[in-house]
Amino acid sequence: MESLDLLRGGLEAALSPENLLWAALGVLLGTFVGVLPGIGPAMAVALLLPATYGLEPTAAFIMFAGIYYGGMYGGSTTSILLNTPGESSSVMTAIEGNKMAKRGRAAQALASAAIGSFIAGTIGTLLVVFFAPALADVAVDIGAPSYFAIMLLAIVLVTAVLGSSRLRGFIALFLGLTIGLVGLDLSTGQPRLDLGQSLLADGLDIVVVAVGIFALGEALWVAAHLRRSPLTVIPTGRPWMGRDDWRRSWKPWLRGTALGFPFGAVPAGGAETPTFLSYILERRLAGKDHEFGQGAIEGVAGPEAANNASAAGTFVPLLALGLPVTATASIMLAALQGYGIQPGPQLMTTQSDLVWTLLASLLIGNTLLLVLNLPLAPAWAKLLRTPRPYLYAGILFFAALGAYTVNQQPFDLLLLLVFGLLGLAMRRFALPVLPLILGVILGPLMEVKMREALAISGGDASALVSEPLAVVVYAIIVIALVGSVLAGRRAKRSTLDTEPDTDTVPKQKEHV
Amino acid sequence: MSTDTTAASAGTVPAGAGPDSAGPDRAQYGLAAVVALLGAYTIYDATTLAVGFADPVGPRVFPYIIGTVMIGLGALLAVATARGDRPAAEDGEDVDLTTPADWPTVLKLIAVFVVNIVLVDVLGWAVTGAILFAGCTWALGSRTLIKDVLIGIVLSVGSWYAFYVGLNIPLTPGILDGIL
Repeated sequence: MESLDLLRGGLEAALSPENLLWAALGVLLGTFVGVLPGIGPAMAVALLLPATYGLEPTAAFIMFAGIYYGGMYGGSTTSILLNTPGESSSVMTAIEGNKMAKRGRAAQALASAAIGSFIAGTIGTLLVVFFAPALADVAVDIGAPSYFAIMLLAIVLVTAVLGSSRLRGFIALFLGLTIGLVGLDLSTGQPRLDLGQSLLADGLDIVVVAVGIFALGEALWVAAHLRRSPLTVIPTGRPWMGRDDWRRSWKPWLRGTALGFPFGAVPAGGAETPTFLSYILERRLAGKDHEFGQGAIEGVAGPEAANNASAAGTFVPLLALGLPVTATASIMLAALQGYGIQPGPQLMTTQSDLVWTLLASLLIGNTLLLVLNLPLAPAWAKLLRTPRPYLYAGILFFAALGAYTVNQQPFDLLLLLVFGLLGLAMRRFALPVLPLILGVILGPLMEVKMREALAISGGDASALVSEPLAVVVYAIIVIALVGSVLAGRRAKRSTLDTEPDTDTVPKQKEHV
Repeated sequence: MSTDTTAASAGTVPAGAGPDSAGPDRAQYGLAAVVALLGAYTIYDATTLAVGFADPVGPRVFPYIIGTVMIGLGALLAVATARGDRPAAEDGEDVDLTTPADWPTVLKLIAVFVVNIVLVDVLGWAVTGAILFAGCTWALGSRTLIKDVLIGIVLSVGSWYAFYVGLNIPLTPGILDGIL
């Protein structure tokens, strides 16, 4: 197996004592930030990205992988020990997890979440090892018209099919596309939307945009609505599981993994759907005398595994196509670009050392996460009691630090504030964050591919549908759009008297 | 800061005030206007670009499409607002949507942040970072100023050294040049 040999090479590169230290540091930082209420994995990754500057790419990726898994795990700790989940991927974990914690079984809930995350993450990463190179092999032959269509599919699915309001989704998407326009036009070298500012002509740094919208926007929004009565944090001991917990957890872990991975690999918005499906499935399989509603460990094990498997699955389109499908993946793509690495199907061959080191790092980060976080859980739980003024002042401090270190320009801090205010407005007006971030990242890529396709045809628009794959993808887009409109209409009819808007799904916070 | 909230709620519609508050969400008209204006400006900006010879698409087409759709979306949002559409403001661990929005706190935070932007090159990160942290804790309701300033100094000086020693990135030293 060629892939396994390459993975072994990656593991050898990643397993030096120094690199292990970076991985451990990444896991600790990632969990630390992820545990903090209000901070999801994407925000953790965006906030901590500057900490990897100045490292050589291998060390940076290893630290990055640790941050990524740490941030994810931190989020589920929060949702089990606090009643309100921070991001949509943890909503399902919180339902049973918090009930378990209230019954004094916090340690078992945390253990089942941690071990399930580890198993799902490991299986998921191994699946990436098999699928990503195969997909990249096929994708190398994809022409510009099909590429354009696939990217269009990704943004349409994320915008129109997910989320509660299509109008708001599209407003967010086009705000993102507008932000993506800022800077030099790639083929003619003319600045666009630079407001006469030479500092804007280079384009906007995605770290500044992401940190502004995720971190600053969230801190300002919370400041406007700060809960004055503190939430109750359930104390926990060291996570452990009894024989019965193991017996009840292992099947949900595997089923959750099987559900999560494919959903992560297609542009369907990450973990929201598979965690929901996993919860429903476990509930149904639990039979008559189940514990669901009073804290069933299956309801923690399944969704947590689905969550991590889908996070691993997002690496398939990210590495094989250069296509991010979640906010976290978008920021990782930006990180790759920061190292001068051009994402796309060629990535697996031109930067194969780096890719395999990254995949090996994911396995190492995942293992370290388990080793470090089981004993540290009580300490993380204490972190949840951080007085809120310190917590949000800290977020503002580190957001400013992160944006400032990119270029050491006060102008970047001003941009950070502008995007922080945009993030505040988006939360106020319920604009989803994911379409905006994808618009910023994919907009410029789509323009390149569209112009590439039309340059060959001399401007003839029919070139966009000149490849069979492109036609198929456009057909899928139409079906998805029509299906989403029909589903919205049906839901509207059934809730006509109560809700004027098309709120078909329960209100959940985005996967940020 | 419950005394501040009455002044704040006078001018703006409190977010997530619930279905019982009557009338459209006026602030959303503002959002619709901003979206449409951004679209119009994007189109205007694109008209100032020169089109190359060998490039059949040119740098204008994408901004034209985006700008046009933005104007349309702004109009749709205005119509939806007039028909009673209300945003479901975002919930979270530390977010309490049952009380009206506390905008004075937000303004204080923005002011502290602006101070940091203006002074960072003059005073250096080690100083303004501490001001930023202590100022934000104060804005968020902490009243232990000395302790907050001390924590801020530890964070800002610590982060300065972490970037300098650990990552070899010297942040602006400012007035502390030579001391750090």
